[in-house]
Amino acid sequence: MTTDSHQIVTTVNGERCERRVESRLLLSDFLRHELGLTGTHVGCEHGVCGACTIHYDGAPARSCLMLAVQANGHAITTVEALAPDRDRLHPLQEAFREAHGLQCGYCTPGILMTMTAFLAENPSPTEHEVREALSGNLCRCTGYQHIVDAVLLAAARLRGSSRG
Amino acid sequence: MKPPPFRYVAAESLANALALKVEHGDDARFLAGGQSLIPAMNFRLAQPAVLVDVNPLRDLDYVRVVDDGALRIGALTRTRTLEREALVAERQPLVHEAVPHVAHPQIRNRGTLGGNLAHADPASELPAVLLALGARLRAQSSRGERWIEAQDFFVGVFTTALRSDEMLVEVEWPALPPRTGTCFMEVARRRGDYAMMGVAAVVTLDDDGACANAALAYCNAGATPVRSAGAAQALVGARTDEQRIRDAAAAAERDLDPSGNVHASKAFQRHLAGVLTRRALQTAHARARR
Repeated sequence: MTTDSHQIVTTVNGERCERRVESRLLLSDFLRHELGLTGTHVGCEHGVCGACTIHYDGAPARSCLMLAVQANGHAITTVEALAPDRDRLHPLQEAFREAHGLQCGYCTPGILMTMTAFLAENPSPTEHEVREALSGNLCRCTGYQHIVDAVLLAAARLRGSSRG
Repeated sequence: MKPPPFRYVAAESLANALALKVEHGDDARFLAGGQSLIPAMNFRLAQPAVLVDVNPLRDLDYVRVVDDGALRIGALTRTRTLEREALVAERQPLVHEAVPHVAHPQIRNRGTLGGNLAHADPASELPAVLLALGARLRAQSSRGERWIEAQDFFVGVFTTALRSDEMLVEVEWPALPPRTGTCFMEVARRRGDYAMMGVAAVVTLDDDGACANAALAYCNAGATPVRSAGAAQALVGARTDEQRIRDAAAAAERDLDPSGNVHASKAFQRHLAGVLTRRALQTAHARARR
């Protein structure tokens, strides 16, 4: 079988990106291998662990369960775009650092992408809601407690800054 | 993990997608949300030669009410939309109550109604919900369309009544009769995981408050979503009280023949079916009286 490939035009972290991709290339591998955006981690590659979570047109999705060719005409956001600049972190990233929300850090990019979207929709979550929102992301180090603490800390700060 | 090579085609129209299926038959698969198909391809359990991406068919993404009050939802509607759409909560509260149990938020953002049903995973919540509510499904092919009742649609594990050249394009839920209460409940190890057992309960009362109709359907209780006729019989024709509800729960435990799995033995699944039947009926009955 000859290689089936397609020309795609996509927007990744706000930048237009045109590439030729093989049909079977997963979006996760496209981001990491073709674009060098290795912040998106690859864990289970079958939609269970959540490490590869990105935003597809603004909504969290698992990039291992999408094809690169499906990015054609759509906008992708990865963890690389969270921090406002080189010297500052996103408030959720800052809270993860302060509350010890990560140990090995492998799951962290996926959790950040999941929870930034969650906090945008639900700025005042209960602890229970945070735990339910986290259910699609596996972490094998923290026992989740510090992640929950970090999300609640970030939520409080984001609410404060939106008032100010 | 990489899927084996395949030819990818982004469907230009429904007619285009259906024509490709006629041309390639079982060698072609429709790609909707991809939340079950892509992992199967990553594992190489599924190896379609042609992948027809139906995501461009935005006409199949809608929720609307038709003249007789029935709710019609397009097959490409995302699970997340079912969760949030006010018409769904208002017209078919059982669907609204069940969808937050369907996997995780990231998956609900991509997964579609049609993909979920056509995949026909017996552990999936929505097939049981369709069965309990007497929904019907519209299949389209180049030859025309036909409606399939939910009870005829789910044929076996991952197997439906859809023919090789057909696409599931729409689901219709009939309007709920007055004095109807519904409830969905499941037990899973973690929110979003497959349920060890789940129940969809529908109860309709008559003018005097007696049970006029009842339907109970279960997920992860067999090769397809299954109904418990015994549980419904225990309720219909009498006023619902604690004893009736206990009888219905006992009947459900007898009716069901779950297979047991790594998370729950067959005996435990049966036990859960009884407990969930009792709790769901209490709630559905209370809602029917409101």
